[in-house]
Parts: sequence; C-alpha cells; structure tokens
Amino acid sequence: MRRAINIVPGSGTRILLALLPFLLIAGLYVVTSAERRAANPGDKLLPPVAEMATSIGRLATEPDRRSGDLALWSDTAASLQRLFIGLGAAATIGLVLGLTLGLLPVASAGLSPLVAVISMIPPMAILPVLFIVFGLGELSKVVLIVIGIAPFLVRDLAMAVAAIPSEQIVKAQTLGASTWQLMLRVALPQAMPRLIEALRLSLGPAFLFLISAEAIAAESGLGYRIFLVRRYLAMDVILPYVAWITLIAYLFDWLLARLARRAFPWAYVREAR
Amino acid sequence: MSEIHVHNVWMEYGDQIVLESISLEIACGAFVSVVGPSGCGKSTFLRMILGQERPTRGIIMLDGAALPPEPGPDRGVVFQRYSVFPHLNVLQNVLIGFEFAESAFTAKLFGMKRKATVDKARALVEAVGLSEHALKFPSTLSGGQQQRLAIAQALAKEPKVLLLDEPFGALDPGTRAQMHALIKPLWRERGMTVIMVTHDLKEAFGLGTRVLAFDKPRIDPQAPERYGARIIYDLDLSRDGPVPILGFPRPIEANTTFQETRRSMPDA
Repeated sequence: MRRAINIVPGSGTRILLALLPFLLIAGLYVVTSAERRAANPGDKLLPPVAEMATSIGRLATEPDRRSGDLALWSDTAASLQRLFIGLGAAATIGLVLGLTLGLLPVASAGLSPLVAVISMIPPMAILPVLFIVFGLGELSKVVLIVIGIAPFLVRDLAMAVAAIPSEQIVKAQTLGASTWQLMLRVALPQAMPRLIEALRLSLGPAFLFLISAEAIAAESGLGYRIFLVRRYLAMDVILPYVAWITLIAYLFDWLLARLARRAFPWAYVREAR
Repeated sequence: MSEIHVHNVWMEYGDQIVLESISLEIACGAFVSVVGPSGCGKSTFLRMILGQERPTRGIIMLDGAALPPEPGPDRGVVFQRYSVFPHLNVLQNVLIGFEFAESAFTAKLFGMKRKATVDKARALVEAVGLSEHALKFPSTLSGGQQQRLAIAQALAKEPKVLLLDEPFGALDPGTRAQMHALIKPLWRERGMTVIMVTHDLKEAFGLGTRVLAFDKPRIDPQAPERYGARIIYDLDLSRDGPVPILGFPRPIEANTTFQETRRSMPDA
C-alpha cells in the first residue's frame, strides 16, 4: 500500500474529484428543498430550482415596472462599473505609491507609517463619512472600494519592490540608469505580476465593500437588489443573484490569472516546470 | 586610463572594524584577484570601489578624481547571483544598458535607433556565446549562462573598471573553466581594469596579474571586532620570474596572541 501523500490523481480523475463536491451540494439542496416543499407548500426558504429559474428569467428578460430596465442586466452593469472604476483607481494608486515607497528610502520614511495606519482604518466605519462627503451617488461607493483595498495594494507592492535584490538595483545603476529609468524599466515590470496577484486577492474585499455600499444606499446594483427583495424573503431571487456574483468574481479571478501568465511568462517559469 | 588609488581607507560598522588602513594603487589594465577568508572584508572592499558603500575614513580616487558616492556607468559589476533582470530576455538584458543612455524618459528605443543598438547588443551576446539563447528569459538559462549574460550586460557600457564579486563561485568546475577562458580574452581586448573577489586560489592566480590577500593580522580574543583586515600579501604575477614577487618588501607579520600579550603586558 502506497502512502497517501504519493497517490496523485490523473487529469480525468482530477476533474471528477473537483466536480464531486459541487454535485453533492447541488444534490443536497434539491433533496432538502423538495422535502421542505412537501412539508409546507408555502415554504420560501429553499425554493426549488425551477422557481429560481423562473424568477431570474423574469428579471433578465422583462422590464422592471419601476425603472423600465431589465433588472438583472442593469444591476450587473451598475455594479461592475463601480467595481472596475474602484479596482482601477486602487490599482493605479497602489502601483504609483508602491513603486515610490519601495524604491525611494525618503518617500518610504515619510509615508510608510501613514499608509500602515490608514490601512488599519475599518473602511465600513467611515462609510457614513463617505456618504456625507461624497453624497449618495456613485462616487461614495467607488471611494469605499478604493479606501478598502488601496492600502493593501500599496503595502503589498512596496514590499514586492523592496524585495527586488539589491544586486539588480546596483547593476542598473552601473548601466547608467537614473532613478526614473530604474523605476520604469526595472521595478515597474517586476511589480506588475505581483499587482495582478494582489488584485486577485482584493476581488473578495472589493465585492464586499461594493455590496455593502449598495445595500445601504443605491438605486441599482446587485447588492441593492438582494437587499431590496430580502424584505419579501425572496430567496428565489437572492440565491441566483449570489450565484451570479460568485460566478462573475470567479471568472474575473480566472481571467486575471490567465492574463498574468500570458503577459508575464518570466514570472511563472518555475510554476510551469 | 583607469588607475585606482586607495589611500588609508578604513571601514567600520559601529564598533566593528572591517578594514583598516588599506592603501594601494591599482594600475590601469591590471587584473587584480582579491582573496582571503570569509568575512574578511573582500566584498566590502569591492562595494567601496563600486560606490555602494562609503569608507568611514580615507579616500578612493579613480583617475585622479574622488570616487562618486554612488554606482555609475564607469564601473561595471558582475555579482555571484541576481545581477541580470529576470523580466527581460537575454537580448533585452544587454540592450537595456544602451537604452538607459539614449532614451532618458522612456528608457526604450524605437525604429532605426533601436535597430542599430540591437546590432551592438547582438554582437555582445555573441561575444559571450549566448547567440542561440538570445530570446530566452534568464530563469531558463543555466548558472553559467546567466553569468555570461551578466558579463555581456556589464561590457555594454564599456566600463573602465570591471568588478567581479565571486562571479564563478556558484558554478561547477567545468563551467568555471569555460568562464575563465571567456573572461581573459575579453579583459585583454578591452584593456579594462578588473578587480575580482574570489575564494578559489587557483582561479585567483590563474587569471590575475596581481593577487591581493586580505586577512586580519591582529586578533584580540577578548574583542575580535577591534581589529580589521589589511592587505597581508600583494603579489605581482605579471613579471617574468618563476616565483611571484612579493609586492611588499616582506609580509606584515601576523602577531600571535602570545606576542600581542607580551607587547601589551611585558611583565606578565
């Protein structure tokens, strides 16, 4: 008998093993939902799959009675717009400050403690401040995402840049590089794969802040819808919406991983071996 | 012209004296090997010439002018590891030296200018025998190939002084022999001054025209950090004698603990 640590699944078995827990959970849901329906035809907690499909189909194809939009798509578009603007702004701030702090000792001495303190502010605690300062519109939601993840990106990138071996920095200087050139051609390209990894890790928090902001004050958005229909215990809408958000987040994460490996193959050489 | 004058240089980290009273002159075009036990300040000496560290006391002059306090393009360097850029392929690694000089803002070249520079870079890549790997990333190269690349990179700036910090220390003996065969003609052709720190005595004598040995001539057992290393041997290998001639009239005598005690406490 081989040791358990030496049993490695083949590619077919691997897919099967990956699907198994999903199928189990889906099966468990269907059975439990059917049982609850049998006991109480009015049960709203675990709606059958068919019911969820009808509800979500209605949201996706029939115009909303209040706004006239197709709710699912307008919600998705509104949320993704906020998410992408927030992520983009946070990534830009993270990259610029991360490179500066990681490379320039003076900037690091002056700003690192500040960034360390700011990153400890719970973003949700200052959400009311954001609503007061930036109003209830799009800006406050975007700013919440930025405040929530930018400090992490800054610190992570500054650390990654500072971890570039000093040999490389000295070598670049002996090749005549100025500080700016060093930042542009040596530090920036080496920070990019790390930025993408850090963005992948930030996707979860970014969605958390997005949904929270939408839950409190919004007129559209995935989080807005979920918290709106919560009043009617409409699990047939909430559950598909949650699945939809999860799918979007998972796809985005997967795309970023692919992008990083495509654009920066040198950073993943060891992984490929 | 690239003479180096080192005048009474001391290097101290707090209480610890690493180098004491180092004075020497290195002639233009010399190949100086620096040997000595681990932790005796060989690499510190190299980093001072490089401008990465400043001596606590004393001055270093390059061609009659005080050494600038930071690394610059007149002094090339090859470290034992990590001295190539992992995100650039072989050709780009060599090209970047030209790009730094010719494009101040973007540090990238385009069009005709790039073409001319690529030719220069290709010639260098070929000179170190990497032409068939020109489009590979450093992480896919062997240790010896990475060092070849680091040398090509340093040569791009045609430095007056080339500093090698245990450049072949991590290589297997066969590869090391190949690297020796590579570096010697490159040094001869270009007339650079080379300073190489090494642990390998055979390498030091085989390549160098001059061998410097660093060691601590005095040791206080109660406070080992109080005395730094000096140059205890300075051998000129370029003369035509069967035996290397000592650069010093005689080597500084290493005092034993016994002698040191007698000197400080004659009545004991």
